[in-house]
Amino acid sequence: MLTAEEKAAVTGFWGKVNVDVVGAEALGRLLVVYPWTQRFFEHFGDLSTPDAVMGNPKVKAHGKRVLDAFSEGLKHLDDLKGAFAQLSELHCDKLHVDPENFKLLGNVLVVVLARHHGGEFTPVLQADFQKVVTGVANALAHRYH
Amino acid sequence: MRNKRPRSEAAARTCFWPIRLTSKLPDTMVHFTTEEKAAIASLWAKVNVEVVGGESLARLLIVYPWTQRLFDSFGNLYSESAIMGNPKVKAHGRKVLNSFGNAIKHMDDLKGTFEDLSELHCDKLHVDPENFRLLGNMILIVLATHFSKEFTPQMQAAWQKLTNAVANALAHKYH
Repeated sequence: MLTAEEKAAVTGFWGKVNVDVVGAEALGRLLVVYPWTQRFFEHFGDLSTPDAVMGNPKVKAHGKRVLDAFSEGLKHLDDLKGAFAQLSELHCDKLHVDPENFKLLGNVLVVVLARHHGGEFTPVLQADFQKVVTGVANALAHRYH
Repeated sequence: MRNKRPRSEAAARTCFWPIRLTSKLPDTMVHFTTEEKAAIASLWAKVNVEVVGGESLARLLIVYPWTQRLFDSFGNLYSESAIMGNPKVKAHGRKVLNSFGNAIKHMDDLKGTFEDLSELHCDKLHVDPENFRLLGNMILIVLATHFSKEFTPQMQAAWQKLTNAVANALAHKYH
Protein backbone atom coordinates (compact mmCIF):
# COMPACT_ATOMS: atom_id res chain seq x y z
CA MET A 1 0.00 0.00 0.00
CA LEU A 2 2.71 2.46 0.96
CA THR A 3 6.15 2.70 -0.57
CA ALA A 4 9.21 2.48 1.66
CA GLU A 5 9.62 6.27 1.46
CA GLU A 6 5.99 6.85 2.40
CA LYS A 7 6.26 4.49 5.37
CA ALA A 8 9.42 6.24 6.54
CA ALA A 9 7.74 9.64 6.18
CA VAL A 10 4.69 8.52 8.15
CA THR A 11 6.57 6.87 11.00
CA GLY A 12 9.11 9.69 11.13
CA PHE A 13 6.39 12.29 11.42
CA TRP A 14 4.45 10.21 13.94
CA GLY A 15 7.40 10.43 16.30
CA LYS A 16 6.60 14.15 16.69
CA VAL A 17 2.90 13.65 17.35
CA ASN A 18 1.57 13.99 20.91
CA VAL A 19 -0.66 10.93 20.77
CA ASP A 20 -2.57 11.73 23.97
CA VAL A 21 -3.47 15.26 22.91
CA VAL A 22 -4.18 14.44 19.28
CA GLY A 23 -6.24 11.38 20.17
CA ALA A 24 -8.38 13.30 22.63
CA GLU A 25 -8.87 16.15 20.21
CA ALA A 26 -9.69 13.90 17.25
CA LEU A 27 -12.37 11.98 19.13
CA GLY A 28 -13.78 15.20 20.61
CA ARG A 29 -13.98 16.85 17.22
CA LEU A 30 -15.67 13.77 15.74
CA LEU A 31 -18.40 14.08 18.36
CA VAL A 32 -18.81 17.82 17.72
CA VAL A 33 -18.61 17.85 13.92
CA TYR A 34 -20.68 14.70 13.43
CA PRO A 35 -23.04 14.78 16.43
CA TRP A 36 -24.75 11.47 15.66
CA THR A 37 -21.54 9.72 16.69
CA GLN A 38 -22.33 10.72 20.27
CA ARG A 39 -24.79 7.82 20.37
CA PHE A 40 -21.84 5.44 20.80
CA PHE A 41 -20.74 7.25 23.92
CA GLU A 42 -23.93 7.88 25.85
CA HIS A 43 -22.30 6.58 29.02
CA PHE A 44 -19.57 9.22 28.81
CA GLY A 45 -21.64 11.79 30.68
CA ASP A 46 -21.87 15.40 29.61
CA LEU A 47 -21.63 15.83 25.82
CA SER A 48 -24.16 18.63 25.70
CA THR A 49 -21.90 21.37 24.27
CA PRO A 50 -18.66 21.46 22.27
CA ASP A 51 -16.80 22.67 25.38
CA ALA A 52 -18.31 19.86 27.45
CA VAL A 53 -17.25 17.32 24.83
CA MET A 54 -13.70 18.61 24.49
CA GLY A 55 -13.24 18.79 28.27
CA ASN A 56 -14.88 15.44 29.03
CA PRO A 57 -12.28 13.19 30.73
CA LYS A 58 -13.83 10.00 29.31
CA VAL A 59 -13.64 11.42 25.80
CA LYS A 60 -9.98 12.29 26.34
CA ALA A 61 -9.19 8.86 27.76
CA HIS A 62 -10.95 7.04 24.97
CA GLY A 63 -9.39 9.26 22.32
CA LYS A 64 -5.98 8.37 23.69
CA ARG A 65 -6.91 4.67 23.59
CA VAL A 66 -8.06 4.92 19.98
CA LEU A 67 -4.89 6.66 18.90
CA ASP A 68 -2.72 4.19 20.81
CA ALA A 69 -4.34 1.48 18.68
CA PHE A 70 -3.67 3.58 15.58
CA SER A 71 -0.02 3.99 16.66
CA GLU A 72 0.28 0.24 17.04
CA GLY A 73 -1.19 -0.15 13.57
CA LEU A 74 1.55 2.08 12.13
CA LYS A 75 4.03 -0.64 13.09
CA HIS A 76 2.16 -3.07 10.82
CA LEU A 77 1.54 -1.04 7.69
CA ASP A 78 2.05 -4.18 5.59
CA ASP A 79 -0.74 -6.04 7.34
CA LEU A 80 -3.34 -3.61 8.63
CA LYS A 81 -6.13 -6.15 8.18
CA GLY A 82 -4.32 -8.59 10.42
CA ALA A 83 -3.36 -5.92 12.93
CA PHE A 84 -6.95 -4.71 13.30
CA ALA A 85 -8.75 -8.08 12.98
CA GLN A 86 -9.80 -8.29 16.62
CA LEU A 87 -10.81 -4.64 16.85
CA SER A 88 -12.83 -5.13 13.67
CA GLU A 89 -14.75 -8.01 15.18
CA LEU A 90 -15.29 -6.04 18.38
CA HIS A 91 -16.66 -3.00 16.54
CA CYS A 92 -19.00 -5.17 14.49
CA ASP A 93 -20.18 -7.82 16.94
CA LYS A 94 -20.17 -5.97 20.26
CA LEU A 95 -20.16 -2.23 19.56
CA HIS A 96 -22.29 -2.20 16.38
CA VAL A 97 -20.49 0.79 14.89
CA ASP A 98 -21.30 1.74 11.30
CA PRO A 99 -17.91 1.46 9.55
CA GLU A 100 -18.52 4.78 7.80
CA ASN A 101 -17.60 6.34 11.14
CA PHE A 102 -14.04 4.99 10.85
CA LYS A 103 -13.59 7.06 7.69
CA LEU A 104 -15.00 10.12 9.42
CA LEU A 105 -12.63 9.70 12.37
CA GLY A 106 -9.73 9.22 9.96
CA ASN A 107 -10.56 12.49 8.22
CA VAL A 108 -10.90 14.30 11.54
CA LEU A 109 -7.49 12.93 12.57
CA VAL A 110 -5.97 14.38 9.40
CA VAL A 111 -7.52 17.78 10.21
CA VAL A 112 -6.14 17.66 13.76
CA LEU A 113 -2.65 16.78 12.51
CA ALA A 114 -2.92 19.69 10.06
CA ARG A 115 -3.97 22.04 12.84
CA HIS A 116 -1.14 21.02 15.14
CA HIS A 117 1.65 20.92 12.60
CA GLY A 118 0.72 23.65 10.11
CA GLY A 119 3.05 23.90 7.15
CA GLU A 120 5.05 20.92 8.38
CA PHE A 121 2.02 18.82 7.43
CA THR A 122 2.94 19.06 3.77
CA PRO A 123 0.64 17.93 0.95
CA VAL A 124 2.74 14.81 0.40
CA LEU A 125 2.61 13.94 4.10
CA GLN A 126 -1.12 14.54 4.01
CA ALA A 127 -1.39 12.19 1.03
CA ASP A 128 0.56 9.52 2.93
CA PHE A 129 -1.61 9.86 6.02
CA GLN A 130 -4.77 9.82 3.95
CA LYS A 131 -3.67 6.45 2.59
CA VAL A 132 -2.98 5.20 6.11
CA VAL A 133 -6.30 6.33 7.62
CA THR A 134 -8.15 4.85 4.65
CA GLY A 135 -6.24 1.59 5.12
CA VAL A 136 -7.03 1.53 8.83
CA ALA A 137 -10.72 2.28 8.20
CA ASN A 138 -10.87 -0.54 5.66
CA ALA A 139 -9.08 -2.90 8.04
CA LEU A 140 -11.54 -2.07 10.80
CA ALA A 141 -14.43 -2.81 8.45
CA HIS A 142 -12.87 -5.98 7.12
CA ARG A 143 -14.37 -8.43 9.63
CA TYR A 144 -17.87 -7.00 9.36
CA HIS A 145 -20.60 -9.38 8.34
CA MET B 1 -42.38 5.63 -12.51
CA ARG B 2 -44.79 7.90 -14.36
CA ASN B 3 -48.33 6.66 -14.74
CA LYS B 4 -48.92 6.48 -18.49
CA ARG B 5 -52.55 5.32 -18.48
CA PRO B 6 -55.02 7.76 -20.02
CA ARG B 7 -56.70 9.80 -17.31
CA SER B 8 -60.38 10.48 -17.05
CA GLU B 9 -61.49 14.06 -17.26
CA ALA B 10 -62.10 14.13 -13.56
CA ALA B 11 -58.70 12.72 -12.87
CA ALA B 12 -57.16 15.22 -15.26
CA ARG B 13 -58.49 18.04 -13.14
CA THR B 14 -56.77 16.57 -10.10
CA CYS B 15 -53.08 17.19 -9.81
CA PHE B 16 -51.42 13.85 -9.15
CA TRP B 17 -47.92 15.15 -9.51
CA PRO B 18 -46.14 17.84 -7.51
CA ILE B 19 -46.53 21.23 -9.13
CA ARG B 20 -43.22 22.21 -10.69
CA LEU B 21 -42.46 25.66 -9.37
CA THR B 22 -40.79 27.97 -11.79
CA SER B 23 -39.67 30.57 -9.29
CA LYS B 24 -36.59 29.92 -7.20
CA LEU B 25 -37.42 29.09 -3.62
CA PRO B 26 -34.96 29.65 -0.81
CA ASP B 27 -32.94 26.53 -0.05
CA THR B 28 -34.80 25.05 2.88
CA MET B 29 -32.69 21.92 3.00
CA VAL B 30 -29.69 23.28 4.89
CA HIS B 31 -30.14 25.69 7.75
CA PHE B 32 -27.23 27.58 9.23
CA THR B 33 -27.68 29.01 12.71
CA THR B 34 -26.75 32.60 13.47
CA GLU B 35 -23.71 31.35 15.37
CA GLU B 36 -22.56 29.18 12.46
CA LYS B 37 -22.91 32.06 10.00
CA ALA B 38 -21.01 34.38 12.32
CA ALA B 39 -18.20 31.85 12.83
CA ILE B 40 -17.85 31.22 9.11
CA ALA B 41 -17.85 34.94 8.32
CA SER B 42 -15.28 35.72 11.02
CA LEU B 43 -12.78 33.21 9.65
CA TRP B 44 -13.53 34.14 6.05
CA ALA B 45 -12.55 37.74 6.80
CA LYS B 46 -9.00 36.52 7.55
CA VAL B 47 -8.67 34.22 4.55
CA ASN B 48 -6.21 35.10 1.78
CA VAL B 49 -8.23 33.71 -1.11
CA GLU B 50 -5.26 33.27 -3.41
CA VAL B 51 -3.18 31.41 -0.84
CA VAL B 52 -5.92 29.21 0.61
CA GLY B 53 -7.57 28.59 -2.75
CA GLY B 54 -4.32 27.70 -4.48
CA GLU B 55 -3.19 25.44 -1.67
CA SER B 56 -6.57 23.67 -1.41
CA LEU B 57 -6.62 22.83 -5.10
CA ALA B 58 -2.97 21.79 -5.02
CA ARG B 59 -3.58 19.47 -2.09
CA LEU B 60 -6.53 17.92 -3.92
CA LEU B 61 -4.29 17.17 -6.91
CA ILE B 62 -1.56 15.71 -4.68
CA VAL B 63 -3.65 13.74 -2.17
CA TYR B 64 -6.10 12.45 -4.80
CA PRO B 65 -3.93 12.22 -7.92
CA TRP B 66 -6.73 11.04 -10.20
CA THR B 67 -8.19 14.55 -9.99
CA GLN B 68 -5.26 15.73 -12.11
CA ARG B 69 -7.06 14.32 -15.15
CA LEU B 70 -9.51 17.22 -14.86
CA PHE B 71 -6.65 19.68 -15.35
CA ASP B 72 -4.70 18.25 -18.29
CA SER B 73 -4.30 21.74 -19.72
CA PHE B 74 -2.49 23.04 -16.63
CA GLY B 75 0.99 21.92 -17.67
CA ASN B 76 3.50 20.56 -15.17
CA LEU B 77 1.78 18.53 -12.43
CA TYR B 78 4.57 15.96 -12.06
CA SER B 79 5.66 16.62 -8.49
CA GLU B 80 4.49 18.19 -5.23
CA SER B 81 6.59 21.30 -5.81
CA ALA B 82 5.47 21.56 -9.45
CA ILE B 83 1.82 21.44 -8.43
CA MET B 84 2.25 23.84 -5.50
CA GLY B 85 4.10 26.30 -7.72
CA ASN B 86 1.94 25.91 -10.82
CA PRO B 87 0.46 29.34 -11.65
CA LYS B 88 -2.62 27.85 -13.30
CA VAL B 89 -3.34 25.79 -10.18
CA LYS B 90 -3.06 28.92 -8.04
CA ALA B 91 -5.26 30.94 -10.36
CA HIS B 92 -7.91 28.29 -10.55
CA GLY B 93 -7.78 27.70 -6.81
CA ARG B 94 -8.38 31.42 -6.30
CA LYS B 95 -11.34 31.26 -8.70
CA VAL B 96 -12.84 28.29 -6.85
CA LEU B 97 -12.43 29.93 -3.45
CA ASN B 98 -13.94 33.18 -4.71
CA SER B 99 -17.07 31.20 -5.51
CA PHE B 100 -17.02 30.04 -1.88
CA GLY B 101 -17.00 33.69 -0.92
CA ASN B 102 -20.14 34.05 -2.97
CA ALA B 103 -21.65 31.04 -1.18
CA ILE B 104 -21.03 32.71 2.17
CA LYS B 105 -23.10 35.70 1.03
CA HIS B 106 -25.98 33.41 0.03
CA MET B 107 -25.99 30.71 2.64
CA ASP B 108 -29.78 30.54 2.62
CA ASP B 109 -29.92 29.67 -1.08
CA LEU B 110 -26.88 27.65 -2.02
CA LYS B 111 -28.68 25.56 -4.61
CA GLY B 112 -29.83 28.68 -6.45
CA THR B 113 -26.41 30.30 -6.13
CA PHE B 114 -24.60 27.31 -7.62
CA GLU B 115 -27.18 26.37 -10.27
CA ASP B 116 -25.14 27.59 -13.24
CA LEU B 117 -21.89 26.17 -11.90
CA SER B 118 -23.65 22.86 -11.29
CA GLU B 119 -24.83 22.65 -14.88
CA LEU B 120 -21.37 23.63 -16.10
CA HIS B 121 -19.61 20.96 -14.05
CA CYS B 122 -22.07 18.31 -15.23
CA ASP B 123 -22.68 19.20 -18.88
CA LYS B 124 -19.36 20.72 -19.95
CA LEU B 125 -16.69 19.67 -17.47
CA HIS B 126 -17.98 16.16 -16.61
CA VAL B 127 -16.70 16.25 -13.06
CA ASP B 128 -17.69 13.45 -10.68
CA PRO B 129 -19.49 15.27 -7.86
CA GLU B 130 -17.59 13.23 -5.27
CA ASN B 131 -14.68 15.55 -6.09
CA PHE B 132 -16.59 18.54 -4.71
CA ARG B 133 -16.73 16.83 -1.34
CA LEU B 134 -13.01 16.01 -1.51
CA LEU B 135 -12.11 19.61 -2.38
CA GLY B 136 -14.28 20.81 0.50
CA ASN B 137 -12.27 18.58 2.84
CA MET B 138 -9.03 20.03 1.45
CA ILE B 139 -10.27 23.56 2.21
CA LEU B 140 -10.89 22.50 5.80
CA ILE B 141 -7.39 21.07 6.11
CA VAL B 142 -5.80 24.21 4.68
CA LEU B 143 -7.84 26.36 7.06
CA ALA B 144 -6.66 24.13 9.92
CA THR B 145 -3.00 24.56 8.93
CA HIS B 146 -3.29 28.35 8.58
CA PHE B 147 -5.60 29.13 11.50
CA SER B 148 -4.77 26.67 14.26
CA LYS B 149 -6.17 28.88 17.02
CA GLU B 150 -9.34 30.02 15.27
CA PHE B 151 -10.18 26.57 13.90
CA THR B 152 -12.02 25.40 17.00
CA PRO B 153 -14.27 22.32 16.93
CA GLN B 154 -17.29 24.59 16.49
CA MET B 155 -15.55 26.38 13.60
CA GLN B 156 -14.71 23.04 12.02
CA ALA B 157 -18.32 21.89 12.37
CA ALA B 158 -19.65 25.06 10.75
CA TRP B 159 -17.21 24.89 7.84
CA GLN B 160 -17.79 21.15 7.35
CA LYS B 161 -21.49 21.91 7.08
CA LEU B 162 -20.79 24.67 4.57
CA THR B 163 -18.48 22.61 2.36
CA ASN B 164 -20.94 19.69 2.38
CA ALA B 165 -23.79 22.03 1.47
CA VAL B 166 -21.80 23.61 -1.36
CA ALA B 167 -20.86 20.15 -2.65
CA ASN B 168 -24.53 19.17 -2.60
CA ALA B 169 -25.52 22.38 -4.35
CA LEU B 170 -22.92 21.78 -7.06
CA ALA B 171 -24.27 18.27 -7.57
CA HIS B 172 -27.87 19.40 -7.58
CA LYS B 173 -28.28 19.93 -11.32
CA TYR B 174 -26.57 16.71 -12.30
CA HIS B 175 -28.54 14.35 -14.50
